[in-house]
Amino acid sequence: MIRFLLNDRLVSVEECSPSLTILEYLRTTEVQRGTKEGCASGDCGACTVVVAEPDGDQLRYTSLNSCITFVGTLHGKQLLTVEHLESAGELHPVQQAMVDWHGSQCGFCTPGFIMSMFALYKSGDAVNRASIERALAGNLCRCTGYRPIIDAALSLAGKGAEDCFSEREVDIYARLQKIREEWPSGSLKQGDRLFFSPTNSDELAALLQSHDSAQLVAGGTDLALGVTQQLKQPGVLIYTGLVKELTDIEVYDDHLLVGGGVSYARLEPVLEAHLPAFSQLLERLGSLQIRNQGTLAGNVANASPIGDTPPVLLALAARVHVRSGNRCEVIDIDQFFTGYRQTALPDAGFIEQIEIPLKADYRLHVFKVSKRLDDDISAVCAAFSLKVEAGIVTDARLGFGGMAATPARALKAEQALIGQRFDEAGIAAAQAALENDFSPIDDVRATGSYRMQVARNLLLRAVLEQNNDQAEPLEVVQYA
Amino acid sequence: MRNLKLVPKSGPDTPASTVTGSARKHESSDKHVSGRATYVDDIVEPLGTLYAACGYSTIAKGHIRRLDLSGVYASEGVIAVLEVDDIPGHVDIGPVFPGDPLLTSDEIKYAGQPIFAVAAQSEIQARRAVQKAVIEYESREPMLDVTRALRERSFVRPSHHMQRGDHKSAIEQAPLTLSAEQHVGGQEHFYLEGQAALAIPAEDGGMLVYSSTQHPSEVQKVVAEVLNVPANRITVDMRRMGGGFGGKESQGAPWACMAALLASKTGRAVKMRLPRCDDMPMTGKRHPFYNQYQIGFDLQGRLLGAQISVTGDCGHSPDLSDAIVDRAMFHADNAYFIPDVSIDGHRCMTNTVSHTAFRGFGGPQGMMIIERAMDDIARVVGRDPLDVRKLNLYGGAGRDMTPYHQQVEHNLLPELINQLEESSNYRTRRAEIAEWNSNSRVLKRGLALTPVKFGISFTLQHLNQAGALVHIYTDGSIQLNHGGTEMGQGLHTKVIQIVAEALSVSPEAIQITATRTDKVPNTSPTAASSGTDLNGQAARDAALTLKKRISECVAEQKGVSIEQVRFESDRVFWSDADSFSFAEAAQLAYVNRVSLSATGYYRTPKIWYDREQAKGRPFFYFANGAAVSEVVIDTLTGEYRVLAVDILHDVGRSLNPAVDLGQIEGGFIQGMGWLTTEELKWNAEGQLISNSPANYKIPAISDTPPRFNVNLFTRDNEEETVYRSKAVGEPPFMLAISVWSALRDAISSLSSYRVSPALDTPATPERVLKAVMETREKAAQGGAQ
Repeated sequence: MIRFLLNDRLVSVEECSPSLTILEYLRTTEVQRGTKEGCASGDCGACTVVVAEPDGDQLRYTSLNSCITFVGTLHGKQLLTVEHLESAGELHPVQQAMVDWHGSQCGFCTPGFIMSMFALYKSGDAVNRASIERALAGNLCRCTGYRPIIDAALSLAGKGAEDCFSEREVDIYARLQKIREEWPSGSLKQGDRLFFSPTNSDELAALLQSHDSAQLVAGGTDLALGVTQQLKQPGVLIYTGLVKELTDIEVYDDHLLVGGGVSYARLEPVLEAHLPAFSQLLERLGSLQIRNQGTLAGNVANASPIGDTPPVLLALAARVHVRSGNRCEVIDIDQFFTGYRQTALPDAGFIEQIEIPLKADYRLHVFKVSKRLDDDISAVCAAFSLKVEAGIVTDARLGFGGMAATPARALKAEQALIGQRFDEAGIAAAQAALENDFSPIDDVRATGSYRMQVARNLLLRAVLEQNNDQAEPLEVVQYA
Repeated sequence: MRNLKLVPKSGPDTPASTVTGSARKHESSDKHVSGRATYVDDIVEPLGTLYAACGYSTIAKGHIRRLDLSGVYASEGVIAVLEVDDIPGHVDIGPVFPGDPLLTSDEIKYAGQPIFAVAAQSEIQARRAVQKAVIEYESREPMLDVTRALRERSFVRPSHHMQRGDHKSAIEQAPLTLSAEQHVGGQEHFYLEGQAALAIPAEDGGMLVYSSTQHPSEVQKVVAEVLNVPANRITVDMRRMGGGFGGKESQGAPWACMAALLASKTGRAVKMRLPRCDDMPMTGKRHPFYNQYQIGFDLQGRLLGAQISVTGDCGHSPDLSDAIVDRAMFHADNAYFIPDVSIDGHRCMTNTVSHTAFRGFGGPQGMMIIERAMDDIARVVGRDPLDVRKLNLYGGAGRDMTPYHQQVEHNLLPELINQLEESSNYRTRRAEIAEWNSNSRVLKRGLALTPVKFGISFTLQHLNQAGALVHIYTDGSIQLNHGGTEMGQGLHTKVIQIVAEALSVSPEAIQITATRTDKVPNTSPTAASSGTDLNGQAARDAALTLKKRISECVAEQKGVSIEQVRFESDRVFWSDADSFSFAEAAQLAYVNRVSLSATGYYRTPKIWYDREQAKGRPFFYFANGAAVSEVVIDTLTGEYRVLAVDILHDVGRSLNPAVDLGQIEGGFIQGMGWLTTEELKWNAEGQLISNSPANYKIPAISDTPPRFNVNLFTRDNEEETVYRSKAVGEPPFMLAISVWSALRDAISSLSSYRVSPALDTPATPERVLKAVMETREKAAQGGAQ
C-alpha cells in the first residue's frame, strides 16, 4: 500500500497498476480534471503538479510532470493540483496574477503554468526573469507568446511565499512524517505486477535479486515514456527515491560522490560550486520538472546516445560505483557504455554512486547544441577536459553525445591534440581526426554532416574561450 | 517590458460607455487558472461511456493486401470495431471537395491514414487493441517531393493565375533582374489540447456531439452524412478549445464522425481523444511551399515587374488547399506595388497527410517570396533593405492596384512604418550593429523591419455571414449565443463587450454559452480572423433588435416617444430622472407580451471576386502592421537568439487592447517558431519523424525576446466594422518574417552585405550554419549573390 496526501486528504492505494501515472490517477480515479494532458511525454508541462515533502524541518515544494510520474512514487508525500490553490473562494496570488496580467488565452496550458509558478513562489527564490525562465521553460504555451506570463510572474517578486499553505504547513509536515515513520516503504500490486519503494540499499539489492525482470525507477522520466507512448506494461518496478544511501552528495577535495537517487535539481548547486561548466549544462537539460525528477545515475544507466551528462562524465573520467547483491564494484565510465543503450551494469545491479574527479589543473568546456535553447535534446553535446601547460595541451579527454550509438570519447582527436599548441592552428589535426572517430547519422534533429561540422567548430570555440581575454561574448546563450 | 498604449476614443461611432475598448480580462480567465474551465476531455462521461482509438496506415502509398482485425476484436475490453463497410452513409468527409475517406480498406495515400477504429471500456484498452491489428500492405513509391510533383503536374486542384499588365516586357526591359527560389516549411499546429470528441446517442437516430472544433456546423453536417440521418438530428456543442489555430477547422471532423459511428453502433456514449503521438502523424499541418520569383527592378531597387509562382504542398487531398493557395497568391505582393505582375499558384499532390488551415491560411507562405525579393534587391543595389521596402510600398499616384485588381484604400503602412522606424531607433541601431559586428569574431547581429498587409474576409464569399441568438430573462440576465467558437482568441470576451455596449449593461449581466448548432444554425468556421467582425455584428444586431422592442414597450407604457427612451448604466430611462432597472424593463416587456429573444444576422458588404478573371475585391479591408527584429547568430554552430522586437500593429479601434495585444504577441511568437525551430520532417518512406514535442520544438518561454515592445496603431477602421475595429487573429503572425529577414541580415554581414544568403525555412541552426558557410565562400570569391 502507498499513502499520500491529496491536498489535505489521506489517500491509500493498494491495488493498482504499478505503472499508473499521477495524471491518469487524477483524471480517471479522482475525476479531478483541472490537470491536463498535453503530450503524455513530459515535454509540454500542461500536466504539471506540485509535490511537497519533508526536507529538513520544512516542506519542499517541487514541480513535476504528472504524465510521466508513477503514482507509487507519491508515498509519504503531498500532491497538490490546480484545484487546491483557491482558498475560501479566493484565488491564490499566482492565479490572481495570471488573471490580472492576461496570462491565459485558450487556458489549456494554464493549470500547468500555475503549478510551476506556485512551486517558484513557494521556493522562496528571488523572482526575476532568469528564475522565471528556469521555472517555466518546461511549460509550453501556444497562444500568448509568454510575455504576459512573464509579467504575471514578475509581479510576484518580493511578495514572499506566504499563502494559505503556509498556515497548514506544520500540520501537513507532521502528517507526512507520521506516514513515513509508521509505513517507511510503500508498494502497489495488480495481479503479478508490482511496485516497490525500498528504503535502504540492502532491501533494494535483495528486491532486485528476487525479481528477475524488475526495472529500476529513479526519476522514471524516460522509463515512463515506454508506458505512455509504446503502451508497455512493466512487470515489476522498484523506486529508488526513498533509498536513504542513494540520496547523499559527498564532497571531497579531489572528487564528488553523487548518490544514485540524487536529482539533477539537487546536484545543480553542488556542481555550480565545483564544476560550473557542468552546472550550466544542467540548466539546459530537460526542464525544471524533469530535473526535479531525473537523476545523474538514471542518465548514465539509460545509456542513451543523446543523454546530456555522459559526455561530461566521459571527459571528467568519472567512475560508476555499482552494487549487485552484496558485491560492489567500481567501473570506469569509459568501460560503462557497451552498446546502443547497453551498459556494463551487472545483473540485478544498481548504481550506488557516481564518482566525479575534481582536477584543479584541468579546464572543462561543455557545449550543448540543439534547435531550441531550453528543454531540447542535443544535436551534439560536447565536453572537453583539457590540461594546457605553457600553451601546450598535455592531456585531453573529449566526450561527445549525438555522434555515435553511445556517448563516446573522441580518442583519435584526443591523441591529435596532445602535444599541440592550444590555438587555432594547433587544433587543426584534432578537428580532422574527428572524422576518424565518428560517423554521425542523419536523424530528425540534425544531419550527420552538421553534427561533424559543429563538433569540429566546438573545438575552435574551446580555443576561443580559453584565450578570451577581452571577455567577448562567444555563445548566444551568454548574450542577451 | 510591457508597453501598451491604450486606445483613445474618437470618431463617429464612439460608444457612450467604455465597455468596448476596455482591457477586460478573458471571460474564462478565473476558470482557466483554477482548473474549472471544461474542455471536451474534461466532461464527466455518461454511464457506460466507451473510449475509441484509431488504427492507421504506416505506409504512405499503396494498397491494403490483408486486414486481419481478429486480434483487435478479441482484445481485452473491446466492445466494437468500426471498419469502412460499417459506415451507413457517406464515407468521404472532404470539407469542400471529395478526397478524404473517413476509413479505408483498400487504397492508402499517406502514412497516418485511418483504417479502422475501436471502442473499448478504457482508453488504454482501446489503444492496446489497435496494436493487435495485422495489416499487410502492397507498398508503392510515394510522391514526397513537391518540386517533383510540380514537374509531373501531380495536382489536387487546377492551378490558378493572376495577371496585371505585361510582366515579361517589364522584366526584359528592367535595368536589373534577379531570380530565386525558396522552400518554406510547414508547421504543426501544436494546439495544447489534442483533437477530441464525445458522442452521446439521442432519440430518433440522433447524436449529441461535443467536439473540439472551429466549425461545429461542418461537424454536424458530416456526422449526419456518415450516419445517413438528416442534419436536424445532430447537435454539436463546443464550449471552448484548448487552441485551434486552423487545426480544428476541418481536422476536428474525423474523430467526431468515428465517435458518432461507434456510439450509433453500440448505443453507448463514445469518447475519442487523440493522444499527442497519434494527433501529430494523423492531422494536417500548415502547407509547406515552394516559391519562385523572377523580377526586374531599377537601380534604386524599385520593382518594375515580377513573375511569381507559389506552389503549395497540399498532401494527398484538396481539403481547403484551393483557398489556401489562393490566399498565398493574394499575399505574394504583401505590401508592395508591382507595376506589371504575374502570379501562378499550384496545388501539388504528395503522399502525406492533407495539409490544412493554419493561422494566415497560405498568406504567410505567399509573403515569404516577396520579402525574400526585397532583401535580395537591397544587396544588389547596395541599400538598406528598409529603404528598398519603403520604396516599393503601395502608395502614390497610380501605385494602388493589387495583382488581383483590388484597389488598396486607406493605406496606413507608409505612416505606420515611419513611426516604427523612429520609435525603434532603427537607423541608430543599424549603425551600432555594424560597429559591433566588426569587433565580434563569432557572434554577428542582424536587424530587419518587415511590414504586413493582410486581406480580411473569407475569399469564399458565402462564408462571410454570421448569426447570433440573444435571450433576456425576466430577472434582467442575458444569455448570449453566436456562431463563433472560442479557442482562446478572446472572441467571446469581445462579443460580450459588444452586446453589453449595445444594451448599455455591464458585461457581468451577460452569460455566454457554448456554441451549439441547435442555437445558431448554418454557421461559418471561426477562421480567417473574422470571428469578431462577423459574429460581433450579428450579436449586436440581435441586441439592437431587443433594445428596440424594450424601448417601444417602455415608450408605450410611459406615454413617451421612443426617442426619449434611453439605455444607460444597466438602466432604462424614459425621462431625465425616471428609469427602470434593466431587470424591471425586462419584466415590463415580458408582462406586456414582448418577445425577449432575438436572432441577429450579418453579412459582409462590398466583397466579390471573379475567379475566372482573377479580378475583384476579395477583401473588405486590410489589416496592417510592421515589426523590427534584432537577432544574434553564432557563426560556429548556427545557433541564434532573437534579442529585441518592436511591433506597431493596426487593429482599427481596439475592442479590447489586452486581447488584441495577446493576439499580436502570441501570433508573432508562433510565426517566429514557424520560421526558426519548428521543423517538420518525413523519412524516405513518408512517415512523419518529427512526431512528438520531443523532436518538434515550438518556442519556449526563454525564446521570448528580452525586449518585446508591442504597440497598437490606433486609427478607426474606415470601413464600417463593428465599432470600427479590425480583425487581429492572423495578421500579426506574419510580423515574424522580420526575424527571418534579420537572420539573413546577420549572415549577410559576413559578406559586408554584398551576398544575400539563401535561407530556406525553418531557419534551424543547421540551416543558418549552412548559409554562414555558403556566404563566406561567396564573399571570398568576391561575387555578390
